[in-house]
Amino acid sequence: MTDVAWIGAALTAARPQAVAALLRYFRNLDVAEEAFQEACLRALKSWPVNGPPRDPAAWCIFVGRNSALDEMRRRNKHDSLPEDDVIPDSEASESAMVDRLDSSAYQDDVLRLLFICCQPELPATQQIAVALRIVSGLSVAEIASAFLVSEAAMAQRITRAKRVMTQSAVAFETPGPVERAERLNTVAAMIYLLFNEGYSASGGEAHVRVPLCEEAIRLGRLLLRLFPSETEIMGLTALMLLQHARAAARLDENNNIVLLDDQDRSKWDHALIAEGLVLVEKAQRQGIPGTYQLQAALAAVHARAARPQETNWSQIDQIYAVLEALQPSPVITLNRAVAVSKVRGAAAALEMLEPLAGPLGGYFHYFGVKGALLKELGRTDAAREAFNKAISLARTAAEAAHIRMNLDKLNS
Amino acid sequence: MFYCILCYNLESELQAWSREKEATVMAKREAVAHSLACQGRLGPTGKLMPTTTAMTVRASREPLVLDGPFAETREQLLGFYLVDCQSLEDALEVARRLVGETGALEVRPLAQFYPGIGLQ
Repeated sequence: MTDVAWIGAALTAARPQAVAALLRYFRNLDVAEEAFQEACLRALKSWPVNGPPRDPAAWCIFVGRNSALDEMRRRNKHDSLPEDDVIPDSEASESAMVDRLDSSAYQDDVLRLLFICCQPELPATQQIAVALRIVSGLSVAEIASAFLVSEAAMAQRITRAKRVMTQSAVAFETPGPVERAERLNTVAAMIYLLFNEGYSASGGEAHVRVPLCEEAIRLGRLLLRLFPSETEIMGLTALMLLQHARAAARLDENNNIVLLDDQDRSKWDHALIAEGLVLVEKAQRQGIPGTYQLQAALAAVHARAARPQETNWSQIDQIYAVLEALQPSPVITLNRAVAVSKVRGAAAALEMLEPLAGPLGGYFHYFGVKGALLKELGRTDAAREAFNKAISLARTAAEAAHIRMNLDKLNS
Repeated sequence: MFYCILCYNLESELQAWSREKEATVMAKREAVAHSLACQGRLGPTGKLMPTTTAMTVRASREPLVLDGPFAETREQLLGFYLVDCQSLEDALEVARRLVGETGALEVRPLAQFYPGIGLQ
């Protein structure tokens, strides 16, 4: 009944907890990774014969720790070589291990492991790459192909990143509530960057790199299992689920981005949407707004509309108002203006755009929105001017094409 | 006699399954379910959403509503309800009405539901 695919999935799932616990024990990332690797090799030998352990993570920690200790003793020549049968495989020792490693112990271990990948001196892409290697256990080749670089270049990046990580001081004591919250924030930002790396268009070419998005969602769910009351982790996971639900509808056959309004909503993944909506509702119950939660709430309003015309724009306006208060930014005000135009009309929205002319003077979407509002108000010449400006600022062919379509409508 | 068969596994592991692995497992289960349905022996079946969507209502002087699944090992699973709810809040309200003086109820949405055929 035990096949290799099952063992692979079990080891992938056990990896974050196991490496994190081994790191706490040995306080050395290389030793922890090697110990886990050794446990994996022994699992491949032992599990097909003895059957799956009840708790693969606890098994890997136990076996990995013993094998690393043996290796140290061997090097120190203080002790004779231990035999393979020293490895405990009995249910008794395993369940004792499980008792000591309940979720509260894993919680800070896994958070610490993710947190040390977020070294501030490393560029974001390197933080993500090293997290994929250490926490997710992706191979260097898999990470390289996800980032569209050569394997050698990625190997070099990861080695460099790991050097920075091992040199930095890591607090191994149990963090206090403030420090824990800070770590969670940092780690959440890294996971969302990982998600966006898979989701966004880069270099003018649109890609949806599904494995990166799915890995980010897996990490989000993992964190949420460990921190079940954290509303921002609920929000983050919901946001990723709701955005990823649209993946199949986001690109047309020529790999151009399809805007939300034009997407075929039957292609949305309704299972992911349902899960995302529950998480948004769960987060909102606590009445503590946060940026991920609010962004997820916005995605939820769109997800609930079966057709674009059914979108509840006044709800979107209200959510943006809260987001604006929490995190003032001209881009958020611009987005809110779009919602306002649907609720209170183009003139009210255009008024909101005026103070944004300075900060958003080089921003494609500002002129796209401005052009659309002016067009709606019948101010054709001013609209044409805004659209032309938008085209000059477009970053992708799809963005420019979308504005050109608007210009054509204006001229006809 | 009606029997309830409850599925337990490591969620983190299922979330690491490949699509092929998941399809193989589901195909095997669907084949069994199909043959039971043909014999008129299959009642409702469902796949629960991940535990991250769960909440727990625990008996107390005022029922306590907690984030996360039922996580104790001291108490035993004794029964279940399947209720059509407008929202999570609605489901929690039902659970508050159901909760006794002791014990707890886990509230978790269904990801998939098949009404089944046959049971009378």
